Amino acid sequence: MSKETRTAYGETLAKLVKTNKDIIVLDADLSSATKTNLVKKVEPEQHYNCGIAEGNMMGIAAGLAASGKTVFASTFAMFAAGRAFEQIRNSIAYPKLNVKICATHAGLSVGEDGASHQAVEDIALMRSVPNMQVFVPSDQYATAKVIEYVATTKEPSYVRLGRSKVEDIYGPDSSIDLFKPNILHHGSNHKVLLLSTGLMSAMALEVAKKMDLTMADMICIKPWDALALTQLIQDYDMIVTCEEHSRIGGLYSAICELVCATAPKPVNCVAINDTFGESGKAKDVLNKYGLTQQHIEHVVTYMLDQH
Amino acid sequence: MNNQKLAIHALNQRRTIVEMVHAAASGHPGGSLSATDILAMLYFEVMDITADNVKTIDRDRFVLSKGHASPALYAVLCEKGFLDHDQLVNGFRQIDTDFQGHPNMNEVDGVDMSTGSLGQGLSAAVGMALANKIDHKPYRVYALIGDGESEEGQIWEAAMAAAHYQLDNLCVIVDYNHLQIDGNVDEVIGPSPLDAKFKAFGFHVETVDGHDFDQLRAAFHQARLIKHQPTAIIAKTTKGKGVSFMEDNPSWHGSAPNDEQFEIAMRDLEGNHE
Repeated sequence: MSKETRTAYGETLAKLVKTNKDIIVLDADLSSATKTNLVKKVEPEQHYNCGIAEGNMMGIAAGLAASGKTVFASTFAMFAAGRAFEQIRNSIAYPKLNVKICATHAGLSVGEDGASHQAVEDIALMRSVPNMQVFVPSDQYATAKVIEYVATTKEPSYVRLGRSKVEDIYGPDSSIDLFKPNILHHGSNHKVLLLSTGLMSAMALEVAKKMDLTMADMICIKPWDALALTQLIQDYDMIVTCEEHSRIGGLYSAICELVCATAPKPVNCVAINDTFGESGKAKDVLNKYGLTQQHIEHVVTYMLDQH
Repeated sequence: MNNQKLAIHALNQRRTIVEMVHAAASGHPGGSLSATDILAMLYFEVMDITADNVKTIDRDRFVLSKGHASPALYAVLCEKGFLDHDQLVNGFRQIDTDFQGHPNMNEVDGVDMSTGSLGQGLSAAVGMALANKIDHKPYRVYALIGDGESEEGQIWEAAMAAAHYQLDNLCVIVDYNHLQIDGNVDEVIGPSPLDAKFKAFGFHVETVDGHDFDQLRAAFHQARLIKHQPTAIIAKTTKGKGVSFMEDNPSWHGSAPNDEQFEIAMRDLEGNHE
């Protein structure tokens, strides 16, 4: 089965608002794309449109949160982490307000809209902000788990969601740990460990099965259980990270930061080079910019050959 | 409260502002002094804020969108008895204290929103007013913005949203002191006519002398009576009000008086009310 993580977000939130009347959902004229329209359908009095004014939406979210509300604010990742970066930093993260920024259409899988709408640097931006938790759910079940979790916390969070359908890597009864590496395949080859997040995880899992590698899905990029991660990493000679994000500042950087400080070993990545994307079918764009199962296999093979 | 008592509070607040900025050798006296009479009116007459409810959200709230005027906010909170005067004067802008250069809501009771980056506080005030509407709470939200701050586009995004959601529980006050860091607002990037702009954005607008308590009182009273519309009070003020050498001089936007200037300022603020 497969589903867009944005749809899983809207469906989960539509369930939560029925019982949690403190939740207020904000959108910036993209409700049908971000799927917060599913909330509007069931509980219209808990959904407010802020119009095409994302910075203002983040400020309104902050004010609502400062008045006791649990606020979900949605727009495209480009206009949340990008356009409204400073409002998120100064009005939400600095005062540590209860706002969940659920940003859809992250990464190149936006497809046809092209580079202006393809946020490839949002994990880097949000990860660098103090007080901000950053979640990158990889399928519909992980998304539901993340949304249910953040609704119970009182702190700011950034949840990165996608436009395109992603294959399930979990099931409805899977035990999903948001902060630890979720090992989805144990391989006998201990030379390379695959650590993946978001849309790439379904591909990384296929590679792990094919090449007899261990693969773990990382959902929370900050903060994460560094001890659990370090313990996992120490059993492997090398690491390959996979993410639909720039190679600068995302999962690759975060893993390198951890590994450099604890047990230095070669780390390589499947990520977007320091470049903008372009228009095209999501599948074609991902292929052109190096985000496919074949690209993962290629990098793993290269690492095995080199070391 | 009668005007004479308000004037005494305002004078005390002005002295605290000058003391803080002098002790820190840093801060923004000009725009703090221009806003002081507005804050005295709000905190001593208009808002229902007391020592008993200051830590709660179930009261009228104030957002200092022009967060660099933190001395004005700290000074009125001090005058209300919520803050210790000596701790404030010695702690303002110093390491390991709660009195940040721009106010932090998590460190000082009575600071209702963390502000400092211009243009953002009004949006938060819109969110607070919306929350009161959602919860059918009777409390009002006041936001003070600068005239220079109205150059930020986000102010107008917030204004559009406030009118759209008919937030008649929101009152924006513009501290129209005509000066910003680089000079006269009309020379930097003219915001005029502010009253017509707010009217066009769907606000009820009152224009007053921001140092005249009778006019301020009448405007805040009128704002309460207006239904289905937010109110903007354009308060014409003098930057540096009360300190002879600071008045109408943009160089006192963000600089502190030296010891000699401090003595002159404190003499200017001795007053004859007491």
